Amino acid sequence: MMNSPIARPHTLAITVDNEPGALARIVGMFSARGYNIESLSVADISERHDVSRITVVTSGDDHTVEQIKAQLERLIPVHRVSDLTAEGGHVEREFALVKVRGTGEDRLEAMRLADIYRARVVDATMESFVFEITGSTDKVDQFVDLMRQIGLVEIGKSGVVAISRGAEAS
Amino acid sequence: MAINPLLPRLQTKQTDDVMPSGAENLVKALLEEGVDTVFGYPGGAVLPIYDALFDHPKIRHVLVRHEQAAVHAAEGYARSTGRPGVALVTSGPGATNTVTGITDALMDSIPVVVITGQVPTHLIGTDAFQECDTVGITRHCSKHNYLVKEPAALASTVKSAFRIATTGRPGPVVIDIPKDVQVEDVPYEQGGRMHGGYNPQVKGDLSAIETAVDMLAAAERPILYVGGGTINSGPGAAQLVAEVQRMCDAPVTATLMGLGAFPASHDAWLGMLGMHGTYEANMAMNQCDVMLCIGARYDDRVTGRVDAFSPASKKIHIDIDRSSINKNIRVDLGIVGDVGHVLEDLTRIWRSRGLKRPSHEEWWNRIKGWRAKGSLDFDQPDSGEILPQHAIRRLYEMTRAKSPIITTEVGQHQMWAAQHFGFDKPNKWLTSGGLGTMGYGLPAAIGAQLGNPNALVIDIAGEASIQMNIQELATAVQFNLPVKVFVLNNEYMGMVRQWQDLTYSGRRAHSYSDALPDFVKLAEAYGWKGIRVEDVGALDGAIEDMMETQGPVFVDCHVAKVENCFPMIPSGAAHTEMILHANEVIGAVEKDAEALV
Ligand SMILES: Cc1ncc(C[n+]2csc(CCOP(=O)(O)OP(=O)(O)O)c2C)c(N)n1
Ligand SMILES: [Mg+2]
Repeated sequence: MMNSPIARPHTLAITVDNEPGALARIVGMFSARGYNIESLSVADISERHDVSRITVVTSGDDHTVEQIKAQLERLIPVHRVSDLTAEGGHVEREFALVKVRGTGEDRLEAMRLADIYRARVVDATMESFVFEITGSTDKVDQFVDLMRQIGLVEIGKSGVVAISRGAEAS
Repeated sequence: MAINPLLPRLQTKQTDDVMPSGAENLVKALLEEGVDTVFGYPGGAVLPIYDALFDHPKIRHVLVRHEQAAVHAAEGYARSTGRPGVALVTSGPGATNTVTGITDALMDSIPVVVITGQVPTHLIGTDAFQECDTVGITRHCSKHNYLVKEPAALASTVKSAFRIATTGRPGPVVIDIPKDVQVEDVPYEQGGRMHGGYNPQVKGDLSAIETAVDMLAAAERPILYVGGGTINSGPGAAQLVAEVQRMCDAPVTATLMGLGAFPASHDAWLGMLGMHGTYEANMAMNQCDVMLCIGARYDDRVTGRVDAFSPASKKIHIDIDRSSINKNIRVDLGIVGDVGHVLEDLTRIWRSRGLKRPSHEEWWNRIKGWRAKGSLDFDQPDSGEILPQHAIRRLYEMTRAKSPIITTEVGQHQMWAAQHFGFDKPNKWLTSGGLGTMGYGLPAAIGAQLGNPNALVIDIAGEASIQMNIQELATAVQFNLPVKVFVLNNEYMGMVRQWQDLTYSGRRAHSYSDALPDFVKLAEAYGWKGIRVEDVGALDGAIEDMMETQGPVFVDCHVAKVENCFPMIPSGAAHTEMILHANEVIGAVEKDAEALV
């Protein structure tokens, strides 16, 4: 593992007991100790609905992130914390629904850009589209920026979800 | 049969029902945890539990006079016995009153279980009478908490709560129980284990311990820096500290929380370290070449300015809480594990290698030089006003044969007690270290006395702090507890005044203890014996009188009003920048230093 004194984003995958208050405990730890959360996503992942996976993107130098990890691990409902950024190869994706209003040339331009970014149309009216886009945070953000120039109405984003590469669990 | 509704029903409750109520299951679960004492205060949302506890043959309920005191009493019980303390309070204000106690227990890693009543489940979230979001409020000041919504889950929740409170790094656990859950009849079932992810590591990594032995064996100027984790680890851990000391001929210092983990009467004892620590302890920390930190957490009161903290040493840190390692100070070797287990392995490996006991004569000579400064010395005149340090010294000398349990409040008196009262054994010194809670000492003394009925228990107090939980004088009377309160009455919130004199050019904003009650009369009104002492000539007589009195005694000891507590490392200063005497005080500081606590 590199030991970098420079702050950079780290993606953490946290598995926790799926119980009331577990998310509040995790989020509260970040705010109480002054760490930031750049992105957060949560979902139940187990067959018996007893374990959830939380993906958090935070930022800090390696020492800070080590401390964040240690602080998370001491929370009672937390099973595991993986620092995917430090542990090596992993895949990160974000999903967004983007509503754009426009007519005429704007409408065609929106379609062209959607095509380039491989966004799919999931709803359409004569003056609007809803696009579905999946990709890295950068790609999604770039697409949203372009749509802003055309007539962005609203966006819904999932937050980052991530998983390690290869056959093993992270 | 007609029952007169105006008469209390004194008949015992029928208990031959087929199925127990939630409240009865709770009591049974407490019994299975070996609970014999519960500190509590009743109210609407815990009536079923109170009914189940009423006249219980095995669990004694100790009625406090404020719920904050229930938690501090539970802490005092826990710290002095090594067994978890239990508090029981009602919903709403009962629960919110416990928050300071819960936070105190979290900061000092004390195992307590706090049971709170809650409005019935169908009213949760409706702003019902005496409803508060207890689990929300206590989530970040407890080690863990539960809202029990299913009656069948109650017993297993209690079991998990005690396990979490007492294992790993101990701490407070809250169990919030809605009233309907207390009432409903369900079979007693402890169910499966909860929290698959909770598995505290008690054994240290052996290869790391081998490395620690290498480092200690190679040391020329070693030091043992001992903290409250050693006390939490049990009496065996304190003995192992003494063994490590013998093995590597190291001087020993301890944090405020660690006092008693190494005998103060031992030649190798340097006294407490940190902000009000001795010169020799802080200098030795600064100059050592190998520092073995045993269950302490490099708190800011200990380190002073972080970048100047013991710059040339190799640091080894043993802690059961991985997050404490490298949190404030980077160490060379971290060992996650329980102090007792790790030290056992460490001493075993040391012996198996046949290492000889080194002799660090030169190191000891330097320490001798620092000791010669006499950083705790003071000059008590033969007559007239009593110096607070002298009062503590006399209290120590006159009571030490009885190996008393000392609790304190927070302020100068606390620091003087830490400096001048010697502890040879663990579990005898109960003070609010992390949170610094005024009002801790009296209820903690009550809890300690209940857990140690034959011990001499003394709360060393300040006249301001004692007023924060003064109502507990009544609890001591009701339960025939011979607790002693020894107030160093300087008519000031002395520690606040000291900081104002040191950093605000002596502008003593609201730190004078005005309108003080006559403590002797107050004590007497509660049924205590009250003793007032003002002249140093009468001090020994007052202490004797206190010790010879069977019941509770309140000593109002008037001391010099504006004595300051030295030595002192100002906030944010290095260990080597210690103020030893009043004449070194400047009286004001730079703006950025003003912001430090
Ligand atoms: C609950 C609480 N409020 C405020 C403080 C801040 N504080 C620390 S020491 C102190 C003064 C204590 O005065 P006293 O009990 O008379 O002790 P002394 O310092 O005079 O020995 C105060 C107000 C605190 N520690 N706890
Ligand atoms: Mg005072």
